[in-house]
Amino acid sequence: MSAPLLEIRDLHLWMRSFEGEAHVLQGVDLQVGHGEVWGVVGETGCGKSLTGLSVSRLVPSPPARYGRGQILFNGQDLLQMSEAQMRQLRGGRIGMIFQDPTTNLNPLFRISEQLVDVALAAAAWRPELLGVPAGASAREKRRAARALSLEMLERVRIPDAAQRLDDFPHQFSGGMRQRVLIAMALIGRPQLLIADEPTTALDVSVQAQVLALLRDMVRDFRMTVLLITHNLGVVAQACSHVAVMYAGSIVERGPVQEVMRRPTHPYTRALLAAIPRREMARGALEGIPGTVPDLIHPPPGCRFAPRCARAQEGCRAQVPALEPVPSALAAGAGHEVACFHAHPVEAAC
Amino acid sequence: MSAEMSTPSARRPRSAGREAWRRGLYRFAQSRLSVLGLAIVSLLMLMALVGPWLAPYPEHLEGAVSTAARFQPPSAQHWFGTNEMGQDVFSLVMGGARVSVLAGLAVVLLGALAGTLVGGIAGFAGGWTDDLLMRLSDLKLTIPGLVLAMAVAAALGPGIFNMVVAISLSWWPGYARLVRGEVLARKEDLYVTAARAIGARPARLLLVHILPNVMTPVIVKMSLDMGFAILTVASLGFIGIGVKPPTPEWGSLLSVARSYMPDFWWTAIFPGLAIFLAVFGFNLLGDGLRDVFDPRSRR
Amino acid sequence: MWSYLVRRLLLLVPVLLGLTVLVFAIARLLPGDPVALAAGPNASPAEIAAYGREFGLDRPLWEQYGRYLWGLLQGDLGVSIYTRRPVIEDLRAYLPATLELVLAAMTLAVLVGVPMGLWAAVQRDRWPDYLSRVLALGAISMPRFFLGLLLQLGLAMALGWLPLGGRFPITEELPLRITGLLTVDALLAGNLNAFWVACQHLLMPALAMSLSPLATIMRMMRGSTLEVLQQDYVLTERALGLPQRLIITKYVARNAFSATLTVIGLYFGWLLGGTVLVETVFDWPGLGLYATKAVVTQDFMPIIGVTLVIGTLFVLVNLLVDLLYGLLNPKVRPA
Repeated sequence: MSAPLLEIRDLHLWMRSFEGEAHVLQGVDLQVGHGEVWGVVGETGCGKSLTGLSVSRLVPSPPARYGRGQILFNGQDLLQMSEAQMRQLRGGRIGMIFQDPTTNLNPLFRISEQLVDVALAAAAWRPELLGVPAGASAREKRRAARALSLEMLERVRIPDAAQRLDDFPHQFSGGMRQRVLIAMALIGRPQLLIADEPTTALDVSVQAQVLALLRDMVRDFRMTVLLITHNLGVVAQACSHVAVMYAGSIVERGPVQEVMRRPTHPYTRALLAAIPRREMARGALEGIPGTVPDLIHPPPGCRFAPRCARAQEGCRAQVPALEPVPSALAAGAGHEVACFHAHPVEAAC
Repeated sequence: MSAEMSTPSARRPRSAGREAWRRGLYRFAQSRLSVLGLAIVSLLMLMALVGPWLAPYPEHLEGAVSTAARFQPPSAQHWFGTNEMGQDVFSLVMGGARVSVLAGLAVVLLGALAGTLVGGIAGFAGGWTDDLLMRLSDLKLTIPGLVLAMAVAAALGPGIFNMVVAISLSWWPGYARLVRGEVLARKEDLYVTAARAIGARPARLLLVHILPNVMTPVIVKMSLDMGFAILTVASLGFIGIGVKPPTPEWGSLLSVARSYMPDFWWTAIFPGLAIFLAVFGFNLLGDGLRDVFDPRSRR
Repeated sequence: MWSYLVRRLLLLVPVLLGLTVLVFAIARLLPGDPVALAAGPNASPAEIAAYGREFGLDRPLWEQYGRYLWGLLQGDLGVSIYTRRPVIEDLRAYLPATLELVLAAMTLAVLVGVPMGLWAAVQRDRWPDYLSRVLALGAISMPRFFLGLLLQLGLAMALGWLPLGGRFPITEELPLRITGLLTVDALLAGNLNAFWVACQHLLMPALAMSLSPLATIMRMMRGSTLEVLQQDYVLTERALGLPQRLIITKYVARNAFSATLTVIGLYFGWLLGGTVLVETVFDWPGLGLYATKAVVTQDFMPIIGVTLVIGTLFVLVNLLVDLLYGLLNPKVRPA
């Protein structure tokens, strides 16, 4: 098996706030192989967005402080890289999409301008991207970048792309703006795409379209994806693998079918159980008792222990590490869980 | 996209108002500049109040001259030297403090009063009264302040009172607009209460209930405006409007001293510095106050 | 776009009318005998009476206003007692000088203030930012006329680098008058020597005038830059690999600048009013000096004329700024 494209090892991150330092990422472990689409799920505050931002080193570092841990991309530790080296990677090797299409495009500039600039920035390190020889003039490069932008717009299925290339962001609808942002993220032909809640801000009907588009683009460009979301439905539709996060660390991970059919961590099971189903009786919604822990003063040992029905003494003594699920429970390889009491019961899902 | 953190706080509850005050005061004291501003302003106020008594040569403030001692450079007897009439520049500057501060204060008070009244009525009454009053204040904004003040002062004639009125005429629209906005915001809450307090007449509602609550932003604006009011007073004095000799006024002192440059530089430098320091002090103070009362300010 | 323009121009009319009413009100309704004011401080009672009858100052108020407005439209702004010329001619002579001064000052203020504000924001909370804040407050507090005086003392009297005052030495030949702005006219005529001389005279007054708006523009620019830097689209731009310098100088700069534009427009108006002080110090033959002399000699018609002109210019500049804002901000532009 070839080396993973992205490997996060024991990542620790502290954030300084008014009331103290919060241990927001506690030993995140993740291996993302080439071509895999990983969904990172968890409720608000679990640290999934920070994980995504950390890969691109976009977390502002005075209030944030990285402790031990590594983020290996193509074997190189991103945490050790200089800003100049990171800039080379952004856009060209690692692309990002964020949640709100309304605020993520600069309102005063035409989208052609924004697309062209991203393409040119990526082409600064990989001139073959534009298809023009390295010694080409700035004007030729611009023209090539513009042609590339048009091509991308057509690929993300913007109707009348040629006419709309020079439009301003406010002239597009929400769903179309997100497509434009996808085009921008992919124009540099990155190897890894990090999508942070890409469909959350969209209407339900548009969500499906955008997800389908993402799936197609991922396939066409043979990309690897980190899809951050709180919506298990999205994960089920679009991902090949899933990692469940709670309070700053990954508690369960593996192939998506596997984890969703046979969840072993109590939190994963509770999450799945909490999804409303059509055949449920009224009032039968199951929440998870308790609240997320205070990350400035986190509970000792397993962070989920205070809310866990199966918590015992040992749970509070030590933080459980990710271990492969016992083969008696798992149907396939790659399913891992961080729990001292992986439960041998099938979930109803 | 912001850092997601959950930080439930578990502190002793404190009254919100008191807490805001303490934090504000703390913030104010932290800023060395604001404290400096407070110091300068206090000094100014002191000079304004007791200047004429503390001045080393009070007779010069009355117009006495001492031609034998003309144009003496700064020395132990005359810290700021003497001017073309032998008057002690230091005493004159101290005396000028009184004029500038009091005139500036008068301008700001008058402008705030007039503006608050107009804005209050406009916001409260609404409808075409509001429209009319706002058009009126907009109109005033078509002429830059100094020019308007000049024109009005020229029409009214010389004298400090006319000058104050002339300048206030260009200040009140700012307050009118501010107060109107605040009144509009509060009108809704109080209508319900008013409906219940049957028989309370609108004028009373406005004066007794709404306006006092609107005072904070007005006071902040007043403190911010003081500096510029003093500057305007000095500017008009420089042109020759307003104060008539022998009353010392920084601007007019500077204007007279111009002809004696550069040989007798002290006759101009010290009054000029005084203007600068006064305005600077008030601006620092106003800036600091604004930080305290309106944390949204740029920082 | 055109309909918007036409609409704004039409809106000008009531505003300008309002301005004339305001000025008229000042002239007529304030205490003080308007006839005596218009006739001048040295007129005898008989002259005053004759003046009054001739100019219809004994007619009802609205009729006076009508006559006044009619006169305005014909370009009759009264006569200056001091210069003994029609005010309108004086205005035509002195306006370009003031315009030149204000334009030079604004150009300086924008060219220096905008980049400094941008830089202060990028350097937030480090010592350059702190220093710029103090300097800005100091700059706003500095009286223009004092600053002018200091500049004169330093650069002209002590060092002799620049001329003391005035606009152009009498000994030299003025370039052909096209715009009335000496620097521009000199350039247009290809007369580099005249251009250089005009610039030398222009520099100190422009500096004195520009300090205050420079500081304000810098602070505003800093503030809006900080706000822009918090925006999501800036994060996206960074995430997609755009170099920081490009983000700041191209994208953030434009976003922040459009917010500062309104301030620039406002300041233009203030400057128009503030030329009075600087022109006095430097003997700059502009509207300000004209008005000041009029005030001192109690020559009333010129004051009214100057007020009217400056007010009109102010309104026009604000319109221009609004249009420019629409140009920069496509959302405001009617597609």
